Amino acid sequence: MRVAGKGHTDAAETVHFTFDGQSYAGRKGETLAAALLANGVKLVGRSFKYHRPRGIVTAGSEEPNALVTVGTGGGQDPNVRATTLEIYDGLEVRSQNAWPSLKYDMMSVNDLAAPFLSAGFYYKTFMWPKAFWESLYEPVIRKAAGLGALSGDINDDIYEKAFAHCDLLIIGAGPAGLMAALTAGRAGVDVILADEDSQMGGRLLAETFTVDGQDGADWAADAVSELAAMDNVRLMTRTTITGAYDQGTYGAIEQVGHHVARADAPDLPRECFWRIVAKRAVLCAGALERPIAFPNNDRPGIMMASAVRSYLNRWGVAPGKAVTIFANNDDAHRTAVDLIAAGVKVAGVIDVRADVQAMGDYPLYTSGAVTATKGRLALESITITHAVGTREIRTDCLAMSGGWNPTVHLTCHMNGRPTWDETLLSFVPTDGSIPGLTVAGAAAGHMSTLGALQSGAKGAAAAVADLGVTAKVDVPTAEDDPYRIEACWQVDGKGRKWLDFQNDVHVKDIKLAAQENFRSVEHMKRYTTQGMATDQGKSSNVAALAVLADATGRGIPETGTTTFRPPYVPVSIAAMGAGSQGHGFAPKRLTTSHHASTGRSAPMIEAGLWYRPSYFPAPGEKTWLESCNREVGYVRDAVGVCDVSTLGKIDIQGPDAAAFLDFVYANTFSTLRENRVRYGLMLREDGHVMDDGTTARLGADHYVMTTTTAAAGQVMTHLEWVAQALRPDLDVRFASVTEQWAQFAVAGPRSRALLNTVLDDPITGEDWPFMSCGAVSIGGIEGRLFRISFSGEHAYEIAVPSRYGASLFRLLVAQAEAMEGGAYGMEALNVLRIEKGFITHAEIHGRVTAFDIGMDRMVSRKKDCIGFAASRREGLLDGQRERLVGLRSVNGTDKITAGAHLFVEGADAVSDNDQGYITSVCWSPTLDSHIGLGFVKDGPSRLGEHVVAVDHVRGVTVTCEVCSPVFFDPDGGRVRG
Amino acid sequence: MAKLIETTPCAGLLPLSIGGVNIHEINLGQVTLVAPYAGGAKATSDALKAAIGVTFPKPNRTNGAGPRAIWCGLDQALIVGGACPDLPQAAVVDHSDAWAVVRIEGAEAEAVLARLVPADLRASVFKRGHTVRTMLVHMNVGITRVGASAFEVMAMRSMAGTLVHDLEQAAKGVAARALI
Repeated sequence: MRVAGKGHTDAAETVHFTFDGQSYAGRKGETLAAALLANGVKLVGRSFKYHRPRGIVTAGSEEPNALVTVGTGGGQDPNVRATTLEIYDGLEVRSQNAWPSLKYDMMSVNDLAAPFLSAGFYYKTFMWPKAFWESLYEPVIRKAAGLGALSGDINDDIYEKAFAHCDLLIIGAGPAGLMAALTAGRAGVDVILADEDSQMGGRLLAETFTVDGQDGADWAADAVSELAAMDNVRLMTRTTITGAYDQGTYGAIEQVGHHVARADAPDLPRECFWRIVAKRAVLCAGALERPIAFPNNDRPGIMMASAVRSYLNRWGVAPGKAVTIFANNDDAHRTAVDLIAAGVKVAGVIDVRADVQAMGDYPLYTSGAVTATKGRLALESITITHAVGTREIRTDCLAMSGGWNPTVHLTCHMNGRPTWDETLLSFVPTDGSIPGLTVAGAAAGHMSTLGALQSGAKGAAAAVADLGVTAKVDVPTAEDDPYRIEACWQVDGKGRKWLDFQNDVHVKDIKLAAQENFRSVEHMKRYTTQGMATDQGKSSNVAALAVLADATGRGIPETGTTTFRPPYVPVSIAAMGAGSQGHGFAPKRLTTSHHASTGRSAPMIEAGLWYRPSYFPAPGEKTWLESCNREVGYVRDAVGVCDVSTLGKIDIQGPDAAAFLDFVYANTFSTLRENRVRYGLMLREDGHVMDDGTTARLGADHYVMTTTTAAAGQVMTHLEWVAQALRPDLDVRFASVTEQWAQFAVAGPRSRALLNTVLDDPITGEDWPFMSCGAVSIGGIEGRLFRISFSGEHAYEIAVPSRYGASLFRLLVAQAEAMEGGAYGMEALNVLRIEKGFITHAEIHGRVTAFDIGMDRMVSRKKDCIGFAASRREGLLDGQRERLVGLRSVNGTDKITAGAHLFVEGADAVSDNDQGYITSVCWSPTLDSHIGLGFVKDGPSRLGEHVVAVDHVRGVTVTCEVCSPVFFDPDGGRVRG
Repeated sequence: MAKLIETTPCAGLLPLSIGGVNIHEINLGQVTLVAPYAGGAKATSDALKAAIGVTFPKPNRTNGAGPRAIWCGLDQALIVGGACPDLPQAAVVDHSDAWAVVRIEGAEAEAVLARLVPADLRASVFKRGHTVRTMLVHMNVGITRVGASAFEVMAMRSMAGTLVHDLEQAAKGVAARALI
């Protein structure tokens, strides 16, 4: 019901939205809760467990009941608080947790069964048979419980993450926050003022206070204008600080686009997850009003007294026609005063205190309590007891107030515990809980407007003084009424007295927890689910632990609180993972030949972050294997070209470069001649193989190391570690040049002929023997040539600066094709190396030693190297270890699989009989057989023996012959040819 | 004789103009990584000063306006925009083709980078000529402020596509905010 002349949204345009399919009109920018109340809608949801009808309880982010689902499909947002959702034209909202409809919910049968569904019911009831829990009980319970749900569809909405930095972060823009921002802003420091509301001002927007003789809301608007004009102040509305972390870092969630129709702003992020780094912070988060647990205090129409004032004063909406108020403090009486001033009937104020005076012309019932309520889908009447009797009062809105809880949450995020204040009957923050953060305003227990303004100004001045800046404290005049309150947590009477409206926990549940010896507040929470779910017990926790304290005969401070953890309000996973879908998941590293490869329809495979071509399909080829076999043939019979730029290339220079390499490699590099290349094996400190690759000596003090593609980063880190921590005595510098050079393998009997078509000066076998390297020129461009081979064929790798990579690749492939060869991909590369028994990280997977791969002789005995000592351990040189061998399918045609384990023929395929495993497999077109590499116990002594490869995962069993890992050209004649 | 054609790292990806920012590719010309050997810092800096007029930069700083020296790591700097002289007391590595370099400028450039980069790039803290090695989403980058509202971002050449993608997404989000 709109109240003429009240609220700040008179001038807003009228918009239309739907709730459960029914269309309503509202004012643009007001909350859904305000718009629903304006339209007389009181029933907005069903409770979590008992499916009880529920209405709007609060006017802020602490709302436990009025949760709705917005939108449909992938972008569907569940559990959106109606009290913070701003309406816009075309908004579609649905209620949750009700079927078939909100008014007639089948699952409300749970409420009738309530006597059997008390806290702990599940734990006691669904215990046996044990197997039924996962298969039956849990799915049924999960289906019955719960609030809103995601659609399960892919969400195409845009979310965002961002970083911000400031001198002073002010959390909350009520009177304390605004005053803090004015104080610090005027002093010139870099300020961020964040507030979760769409408009700054906090309670000043919802009350009828004056500040400096001016309407409080107007004063707030003026303050915001002044702040907005300051270059050093950043105002962040709709931004909730969600967590306090180490070193002045705060998490925050900004609702960027939820108040705008998607069609109006397609690129607009829905939310932004901020990480704000602040030198100092002032917490001005205010306080949250708490309910009183009286019988059936959960009917739609029963809400917080402060919320009634918010709807009336800020949004111009009266939540009822005949309002009653139940309170234990002075503050709530202002609700009656404001309502009467607005022309709304106040049917009575029930105050638990004996000596209290009415603040206006309304019936006041002292020493009072609400003992019963009526009305199934909306409140109709209440029954009260008071100093001189009992009576029933007709009322459609009961405003309750059990006092205020300072919003201490953030101060507890680094394991701080709040302190109980006997005067306020609340927990207040403990000083120093978060380094660099001070607390001001109601959050610190300063309950009057003047107290908030003063503490905000002083808090900010102290914070900037810490930074060496002097700020002037200049506070306007405002009310400074004392905060008078008397303890009242629960009211006796027939019916359930609800504490946690969201999780359906009532007083009896807490008492049951205590009775069953779940007396610790943390145990009580788990037993009853008190304070769980989206509101995290913002309004219910303190009352619940007061009840627990009473039930266990302890005081509230001794009982303590549960732990407040981030986030303060729910943060969607989409916001935390923003930008990580699709291309954002990981960087793509593309070679210079990428577009040429995709232009030839080559499917890409990922190697680390790199994308490499699997194979280059030719017309008429139906399977990858056909393409692969053809490409293997290029290299064995003619010439193939392959982009190998992805291998790590590390430039190593310095007077001690040679000594350094001798230390990091198992074999020796100081003896390598200039313009020569050597294969190197690198060990970890534990004596196992870390990586392998070739290293070329370009000059006396200049080497270029290559690493495997996937281990490039690891090797670079390792070298840094060795140079900085282990051998700072060696003068050596290194730099990654992986990106600088585009490098291509040219492999096959016609490789030299091909190169001589592109090189400015032809090369000869005499000048360029196997494992030589040096400078070459291609079209006047300086390049590098290495005569190395990963295929066992006469082969080279040619490198040019990356800007020429795309061009050189096209040129080399064109020339190869003219010589009955062509480009080859990773599949063919893999076949070629398996045929030659060359290892990759499939073999050097981290658990093998140089001894295991038959390279122990490479570990030099003439010098020390990383891993040398460990590699000499007896157990690592035991012949019975699983050692590298080749494996050939006995009949040639049976496919063997990588990952299969090996067993002696006739033995059971169980782990006790394990003889080893297969690491790499391929179909070898050269040998016309399925072959593989693997590790077999004492393998080199068992050549010729048959073993059975059993792949339990794929269900494959194949008999293999153990053979030398070098299947092809064991003498190496071809590579030198 | 074979003829090789040059391709730039961001070929086909830039320029972009989105909302309050323009993003285009920068060709730094000759880029040389210089890492002085032990005890060679002063001699290297002096040799650079004599040859191209810039000294070896302190951490997180750049020197020079024509040829520039950009700090890029522990005892390392990139000499860009000119030939690097002989530096006998330093390791010298050609990096002319190793980097994708883009310039992002405009009123919203700082806001766009704030979506991607954890480092504090506020003008009061990160002034013209300041440089930082940091993360841009998942990528290692170097960022230098080259104007009141202009930054140079250097990423690995192979990641040019991802660099442009990330900048574009962030710029779109920032631009969309300006419209509501």
